[in-house]
Amino acid sequence: MSLLLERLWASLLDTLLMVGVSSLIALLAGIPLAVFLVTSGRGGIFEAPLANQVLGSIVNLFRSIPFLILMVALIPFTRLLVGTSYGVWAAVVPLTIAATPFFARIAEVSLREVDHGLIEAAQAMGCQRRHIVRHVLLPEALPGIVGGFTITLVTMINASAMAGAIGAGGLGDLAYRYGYQRFDSQVMLTVIVALVALVTLVQFGGDRLAQKLDRR
Amino acid sequence: MNSRAAQYKQADDLPDFSLLSASSTPQPVAVQEPADIHLRFEGVSKTYLTAQGPVPALQSIDLEIRRGEIFGIIGRSGAGKSSLLRTINRLEQPSSGRILIDGTDIAKLDENRLVALRRRIGMIFQHFNLMSAKTVRDNVELPLRVAGVPREARRRKVDELLALVGLDGKHDVYPAQLSGGQKQRVGIARALVHNPEILLCDEATSALDPETTQAILALLREINRSLGLTIVLITHEMAVIREICQRVVVLEKGQAVEQGAVWQVFGEPHHATTRSLLAPLRYDLPADLQARLRQQPEQPEDTLLLDLLFTGIHEPDLAALGNVLGGRIGLLGGNVERIQGRAVGHLLLTVAGSSLTANELANQARHLADRVEVLGYVAAA
Ligand SMILES: Nc1ncnc2c1ncn2[C@@H]1O[C@H](COP(=O)(O)OP(=O)(O)OP(=O)(O)O)[C@@H](O)[C@H]1O
Ligand SMILES: [Mg+2]
Repeated sequence: MSLLLERLWASLLDTLLMVGVSSLIALLAGIPLAVFLVTSGRGGIFEAPLANQVLGSIVNLFRSIPFLILMVALIPFTRLLVGTSYGVWAAVVPLTIAATPFFARIAEVSLREVDHGLIEAAQAMGCQRRHIVRHVLLPEALPGIVGGFTITLVTMINASAMAGAIGAGGLGDLAYRYGYQRFDSQVMLTVIVALVALVTLVQFGGDRLAQKLDRR
Repeated sequence: MNSRAAQYKQADDLPDFSLLSASSTPQPVAVQEPADIHLRFEGVSKTYLTAQGPVPALQSIDLEIRRGEIFGIIGRSGAGKSSLLRTINRLEQPSSGRILIDGTDIAKLDENRLVALRRRIGMIFQHFNLMSAKTVRDNVELPLRVAGVPREARRRKVDELLALVGLDGKHDVYPAQLSGGQKQRVGIARALVHNPEILLCDEATSALDPETTQAILALLREINRSLGLTIVLITHEMAVIREICQRVVVLEKGQAVEQGAVWQVFGEPHHATTRSLLAPLRYDLPADLQARLRQQPEQPEDTLLLDLLFTGIHEPDLAALGNVLGGRIGLLGGNVERIQGRAVGHLLLTVAGSSLTANELANQARHLADRVEVLGYVAAA
């Protein structure tokens, strides 16, 4: 029993590590990406339609590949980057590559919803374009971005369980090896409970934060 | 600049009550001193290029706006009012023509110069456009923050302005917790934070109830007086123009079809658009009387209807009218208002039992009104 708990704890930490690192990178890369996608379109403050289209297509490309296939297809790249295609760090690479465009698109929607009148007001008061991003777009879209990041975290918890299949460790790996291959329903159940608890916690925290930030 | 502005304001804005001393001599139209032009439009056109093709929004607009005045822009929806206003702070770039502020063309500006220009021009909006994620203080402070003004100076300025607009103690409230009128006050404070010389208002009171509208107008007037600010405003409410503007332009399909002092344009609108915009303010002959009008009297005791127009030159002097018209005169209806100290409007008078003919009566009345029209006769009941 204590052995199971120990395994469960280790797997949970692996999952948190994979999800945490990949989502953090997605957050840092996704926001600038989303800002660019919103502001470089026609009539945007950093208008650059060509670059906008190219980047938009790349984002769509990665968004359309199912994670399992993306993971396998990226193996050579992963090996190049972290030296191995096996283990937690190897899973971080495809997870990040899936999470970034996913989150960027959601953040983009929130940014797009910022009332155009606010941007005009900012221009009229003498804001430069970078000021508009920093003082108008991002703060006004923040509740939506937090909500979007919550969805990204939950989705990545899901995907990280899939990464268990290529030996990435984590809860998915645990459930797969014990629950599926050895028909150990106790392990399976425990993992499910842990995952549900984790997702609930993330969702609850994210909702609370978004609500607190929303002053509308 | 401020003293000149103040001078101008006193000369032209305050009602001149000496006119009320019913003199029957025609007042000469005030001779304009060489005006201090603040903003000049020279052949400004704007065409929007859309997917459906070009949309001409402004066509060759020539306009002068004087320093320290409140200048109104009216016109139907889609006439180009917002487009015109927004060329002033370059939210829209004119397709051709020039806009001069203090004689300087604002046509070609890089981002830094554009930002500098916009700091000289405040703007308020119909829907306030306040940042929902920022407190009142942070909203008003934002233009100073992005301009790199030190924190202490920012605080002082924000405190001063919130006091000016009557929002003391609301510093840490979010816009969602304010009423519409309070939001517009924040908008005004924010627009004034760089001590601009021009304030642009795009339907700033359209989202407010009548009472709040009055309060905001009073605030705008006070700002105009105390700061010597030139205000350019768009409104759909003719009463707003009447109350606070000195001069007005009427736009129709992108063209400036009429412009001048408010009392002149409102007193005697020449263009059909102006007339129809002003129609709600005008009292007209009721339809039942209209139907009973005859060109000739059927009996000597029939009542004559005269329409006396006041365009700001004559004062309506009822005693003198009674004297010259003779007979029994009555007031059927009408509306005369004081705009910029001048009587503007018209009166429908009834005259019965006079020995004079309609034309003779009208000629008599012409000494006392700016235009007189014989409407006809109504049979005595
Ligand atoms: N960004 C734009 N792109 C294309 N056409 C535009 C744009 N802005 C305005 N127009 C068009 O230009 C014309 C004038 O518009 P404008 O907004 O200046 O009118 P307005 O007088 O302010 O009307 P309203 O009283 O409804 O605000 C309209 O035909 C409008 O459809
Ligand atoms: Mg408009």
